[in-house]
Amino acid sequence: MTLTGGPLDPGDLIGLAGRRGPRRSRRRIPPGEALRSTAIALVSTVVVVGALAYAVTSSPNWPDVRDAFFNGVWFGYSWPLLVEAFGTNIALFVIAELLILPLALILAIARGLPGPVFFPVRLLATFYVDFFRAVPGLLIIAILGFGIPALDLPGVPNDEFFWAIIALTLVYSAYVSEVYRAGIESVHWSQEAAARSLGLNRLQAYRFVIIPQAVRRVIPPLLNDFIGLQKDTVLVSSLGVVEIFREASIIKAAKFNFTPYLAVALIFIIITIPLARFTDWLVRRDAARQMSNR
Amino acid sequence: MRRTLPIAGLVLASLALGACTSGATPSPSSAAPSVAAPPPAPSVAASVAPSATPDACAAANLKLTTAGKLTIGTDNPAFPPYYDAPASPTKPWQLGDPTDGKGFESAFAYALATKLGFDKTAVAWIVVPFDNSFAPGAKKFDLDINQVSYTADRASAVDLSDGYYNLTQSVVALKANGLASVTSIAGMKGFKFGAQVGTTSLDTINNVIAPTAAAKVYTTNDDAIAGLKAKQIDGLVVDLPTAFYVTAVQVDNSAIVGQFAAPTGADAEHFSVVLVKGSPLTSCVNAAIAAMKSDGSLDAITKEWLSDKASAPVLQP
Repeated sequence: MTLTGGPLDPGDLIGLAGRRGPRRSRRRIPPGEALRSTAIALVSTVVVVGALAYAVTSSPNWPDVRDAFFNGVWFGYSWPLLVEAFGTNIALFVIAELLILPLALILAIARGLPGPVFFPVRLLATFYVDFFRAVPGLLIIAILGFGIPALDLPGVPNDEFFWAIIALTLVYSAYVSEVYRAGIESVHWSQEAAARSLGLNRLQAYRFVIIPQAVRRVIPPLLNDFIGLQKDTVLVSSLGVVEIFREASIIKAAKFNFTPYLAVALIFIIITIPLARFTDWLVRRDAARQMSNR
Repeated sequence: MRRTLPIAGLVLASLALGACTSGATPSPSSAAPSVAAPPPAPSVAASVAPSATPDACAAANLKLTTAGKLTIGTDNPAFPPYYDAPASPTKPWQLGDPTDGKGFESAFAYALATKLGFDKTAVAWIVVPFDNSFAPGAKKFDLDINQVSYTADRASAVDLSDGYYNLTQSVVALKANGLASVTSIAGMKGFKFGAQVGTTSLDTINNVIAPTAAAKVYTTNDDAIAGLKAKQIDGLVVDLPTAFYVTAVQVDNSAIVGQFAAPTGADAEHFSVVLVKGSPLTSCVNAAIAAMKSDGSLDAITKEWLSDKASAPVLQP
């Protein structure tokens, strides 16, 4: 602030003189101004939120909408049932994620294999990613979940939960492999060259030099896809699995009330927001580490 | 609530007065600005006439979503035997075509419309997905006829008419499945069952059969059938008329294992017409259904479209 030519604040002088290193000088905010800013922000928030709330609740059909979507009775009725059904979603996304992470890494490496010998591998991996990213997940789930068991092949399981996990794994490994690939390609080629010059073979260079750096860089998008996977577990309801969304549909249809859907939304928010904050924390920690190491 | 009741009474009274005066004025003037289409409001005399008060249920006095038309909704696809499935249904219908007056609910709907004073040309059908029939907000239909079973909880969200069909639930299985030879409900507990979401069939699984494995719940009946074919469930629970269609048309080598003894009296499960909550039409529809019951026409329609098929062994407890 002092650089802009304003009058010098004694606080700035103390700050500059009293601390080591090239710190950015901070202007101390006078208490009156801080109070004023807070007051303005508060009033502004109250006005905006109040206006929105008024616009919604003053509409002539608001009582109907309130009863149909924000019904306390059906919220209380559905909540424990929905929380219990959410266990199925948790099982789905945890098992699927454990399969997706290694499979996607293999796909990403397969797509990056150099040389003409590996052309068919690259071709297959590329086709896999193109196909499973293009087709809606719901269709993959329905085709695998209903189609393959209907073939009645000996030794092939017909359990819908099994096929749901396979379908989610196929779809999401395609997305996640692209995330890995972006990470691998972001590692400068000199890293591999340096590793090879130390006597590591290509596999070792990937294992010890490239992959660790690549994975660290793509943790935020990996968690992004993980959140997507969590939400897409509701698609498994189409196979008849009673998970959270199907439980909500059952209550909705039995009571002619949409409140259970709102409860489902709330449960997903409760699960997702801590994960988002955790990702932010990981990124910050990583940035701090990289700064201190260099 | 206490305060609003007398006011509601006043509103109703003034509505009745309004209906009275508008009934006295010649109807063409009121109908003219809205639609240029040929059939104006049919004659007042045609409808079921309650006594002293001016006829609030007369077709000309009904408040309709489209003036002069009775707009009836059902889901698409509409399934036999409730709706007829012609070789080429008219758009937008994919399977059952409600507009031809064949199939139980289509025949019932046209008979109901006649009782309310609408001839066949004054009936308009629209697609109303199940959820839309009870979602809040303005409705596009006057009546929704879509095999909706009455429950008290549902009746707090929409108006549900008196029943027009008492139904029983039944179990369908592949003939090769062990379930096909079971004759008692007690013998069914070890099998896996599925039903469509939002149906009372699901309640039958949970409350009547109470199997050890949790019920599978499918988005549509067709998905439930896919689950049956994929052997993910042993038994599909559906209402009996649907069971006949499923076993005859949709699933090869399947059979009706049996039907559940129908609860009687007030507990009898019945289909209701769905109307907007507080619709002035509801009492008119109930009066028309009562008239169809007393003159035997509802029985005749039921026999024609459902009863010739509706015999299946009743499951023992």
